[in-house]
Amino acid sequence: MTELPRLPPSGGCRDTPILKQRGQREVFCGLTGIIWLHRKMQDAFFLVVGSRTCAHLLQSAAGVMIFAEPRFGTAILEETDLAGLADAQDELDKVVNELLARRPDIKQLFLVGSCPSEVIKLDLAKAAERMSQTHAPHVRVLNFSGSGIETTFTQGEDACLASMVPVLPKDDQRQLLLVGALPDVVEEQAIGLLEAMGIGPIKVLPAPRATDDLGVGAGTVYALTQPFLGDTHDALTRRGARHLPAPFPFGEEGTTQWLAAIAAEFGVAPDLFGQVTAAPRARARKAISQASENLRGKSVFFFPDSQLEIPLARFLTRECGMDAIEVSAPFIHKGIVGPDLDMLASGPTISEGQDVDLQLDRARDARADLTVCGLGLANPLEAEGLATKWAIELVFTPVHFYEQAGDLAGLFSRPMRRAGLLKVDAT
Amino acid sequence: MKLTVWTYEGPPHVGAMRVATGMTGLHYVLHAPQGDTYADLLFTMIERRDHRPPVTYTTFQARDLGADTANLFKSAAQDAYDRFKPEAIIVGASCTAELIQDDPGGMAETMGLPVPVIPLELPSYQRKENFGADETFFQIVKTLAKPMERTKQISANLIGPTALGFRHRDDIQEVTALLSDMGISVNVVAPMTSSPQDIARMGAAHFNVLMYPETGESAARWLEREMDQPYTKIVPIGVGATRDFVAEVAEITGRDAYIDTSRLRLPWYSKSVDSTYLTGKRVFIFGDGTHVMAAARVARDEMGFEVVGMGCYNRELARPVRAMAKDFGITATITDDYLEVEHVIEALQPEMILGTQMERHIGKRLGIPCAVISAPVHVQDFPARYSPQMGVEGANVLFDTWVHPLVMGLEEHLLHMFRDDFEFHDAAGASHHGGSAPAASAEGGPAPQTPRGTSGQKKTESGDVIWLDAAERELKKIPFFVRGKARRNTESFAAERGMGEISVDTLYEAKAHFAR
Repeated sequence: MTELPRLPPSGGCRDTPILKQRGQREVFCGLTGIIWLHRKMQDAFFLVVGSRTCAHLLQSAAGVMIFAEPRFGTAILEETDLAGLADAQDELDKVVNELLARRPDIKQLFLVGSCPSEVIKLDLAKAAERMSQTHAPHVRVLNFSGSGIETTFTQGEDACLASMVPVLPKDDQRQLLLVGALPDVVEEQAIGLLEAMGIGPIKVLPAPRATDDLGVGAGTVYALTQPFLGDTHDALTRRGARHLPAPFPFGEEGTTQWLAAIAAEFGVAPDLFGQVTAAPRARARKAISQASENLRGKSVFFFPDSQLEIPLARFLTRECGMDAIEVSAPFIHKGIVGPDLDMLASGPTISEGQDVDLQLDRARDARADLTVCGLGLANPLEAEGLATKWAIELVFTPVHFYEQAGDLAGLFSRPMRRAGLLKVDAT
Repeated sequence: MKLTVWTYEGPPHVGAMRVATGMTGLHYVLHAPQGDTYADLLFTMIERRDHRPPVTYTTFQARDLGADTANLFKSAAQDAYDRFKPEAIIVGASCTAELIQDDPGGMAETMGLPVPVIPLELPSYQRKENFGADETFFQIVKTLAKPMERTKQISANLIGPTALGFRHRDDIQEVTALLSDMGISVNVVAPMTSSPQDIARMGAAHFNVLMYPETGESAARWLEREMDQPYTKIVPIGVGATRDFVAEVAEITGRDAYIDTSRLRLPWYSKSVDSTYLTGKRVFIFGDGTHVMAAARVARDEMGFEVVGMGCYNRELARPVRAMAKDFGITATITDDYLEVEHVIEALQPEMILGTQMERHIGKRLGIPCAVISAPVHVQDFPARYSPQMGVEGANVLFDTWVHPLVMGLEEHLLHMFRDDFEFHDAAGASHHGGSAPAASAEGGPAPQTPRGTSGQKKTESGDVIWLDAAERELKKIPFFVRGKARRNTESFAAERGMGEISVDTLYEAKAHFAR
């Protein structure tokens, strides 16, 4: 196959003790994932069963990005719904009937649980089952939880995809399944490379439409494209599918290793692998080396946000020459990010969860050249003179695979370039 | 249960955050699950605040629910006090914490913190953001304000401005100037700009200016009753209302009703002949009650528009809005259902909307120009420049902002005359708005440079490089807002290298070449 990754001589971070602190967590809840999922699945509607806060969150996180009538909404619980639960199921039927009447184009409806619906134990699984029967075969109704008491930010996508796995038809044919919602252009690039190696059939989860013939079974092997898909991973394993562990396809090296894991599984000849990947690899290296010019030798500090932190730290340290001071993720699933941890040279603090005030103290002490954090922290830290990168952009922007490797480096270098360009302060 | 696509107001605890974030020396301990911290970004991103809101969230998770969320609250409150040393603390629950009934107020009171602790009861499943702000400010004032000797000079408190308020920052300055011209000083501006110590000395003012009834009326009423401070009922938005406001202040204080009109331009601009085209423009007005009522008066009396519809999303002000609409001979739309507002606008077919950011979306879809007059706000509603709504400069700003979305006087006639001209047609829009493309499709929006035709090989503008089909298809997958740049870069890359055609590889070679 291709050469194995150079592992850091001083050892990787897989066995680094993880710093765990308990306190205020400055993170989104899983509902946020709806903002990209509803664009990806074009015949799906996401109905959050929750409070005004849920509706306000979706709007605040999405408001500036969506111009069409969105394919998501909130069934806002009111006093009357909280009084008696039998009511709430009837009320929900009413809302769903109204919605489906207005949007006949909807083929998949997701009932999305929220903090309030979890706390009052509103049984959305039961509701989904009932509605599936009522609206079959036209609409399939599923449920998952995006609540903040159970999920953090990108875990919402995980919960959504995991909810789809049990209802996929059984299909034992030999196939490759790519798992994770990616921008179309990126997804097609990956499929193009794999097909050029003679790998197929290739399916994707989530499929753009409910009617796309996606099945799963003992012949399925799957590769995750996002590091936050732990529950989906487990659900697929339960269906007999087999995971191909690999570093995540960020940067030239990550992409090559990720492709190599799949190629090895499908017995692709090394020559062919080299032939298919040589040109895009060279392009990716060139683009990264240009885009990462002002990242070399600079330090980076990651607040926990999207779960992409560990693979991105691997990319920034190994391919862009940065030094990681702290890398934190909302939670760390070594079965999934293990290969990335192996490649990340030991040294940085690895932390899981957070006490935001204590972590801010550490970030202020460290004064990294670049601090990667959520939207709530970015401007306040900029005002303290720290260059920041908002983590949410990493989830919304095409950053996977070879052709985007330069863009990915660019996302990190832009704030630093900008800091160097601006001459607005009194001297 | 109510199906909601967009909401005009957030939950009541966001109102409390607007009060806390506007103030200094106050901290809010909010019992809430993780995820509710999204509200921080309203302030740090939309309003570009350079500090985190002074809010500590307990961020409980599912595993805490069986255990001890009450202790979690107590330790969060203690940590918040120790770290931030506020002069006063407000405590409350978000929608989820309300359901688990931990009673944050009661718990905080038993902790013996050495500063005033003000419990908030904000029913999340009944009330909304404006109520939350109004109630929070009222509780703070009720707890902290004490009767005291009046200032020697006549002075007023300005009541109602909050963080994330629509132009509150600049309105404060404008109203301060109006009062100053009459020889009246400002005692305290609250909640925004004040600290708990400032609240304590509100009783020194002779009267209150209620700038925003949505967020300050309960406090103003209480101060009137308990501190014997009258408050103003007129909100000085527009020329007429500003004059009336000055007269009202004169009556309360006994000072002369003086107003410096040397910078007031709206009356002349409105009379000047170019404005003739504004006559009878049919406008629909929607927003919070206060701004809608002010805008309706300006629209009819100072711009010469015809108000064909008006309404508000905050039921608290439904009554006066209905009364005013009746006076205008129309029926008010009182709703917080965005889709209902959209239906009304579709039915009325106004020539212009004066609304919120939500109506701006509706206008975009229906092709109707829209100027924003009220919250809910967007990052655009916090301009770098001075841009008040109130007072003399506020009136000037209203004239400019309301006229801007419209096609200008003579241009409108020319558009009619040359209706069939290929680049001077109806859909071209106003010339001062730059490259306005015909109405965007709902899905993607306009492409800066749309591919010509859909099949066959395309020549580039320079005419010597050919786009292969696959490359052209690949190009279309690139987001529309960078597609034009990608096309230009690829073409110049190919041309420089003397390449005759552009393949997918060329496209990406170029992309890598230009990567920065």
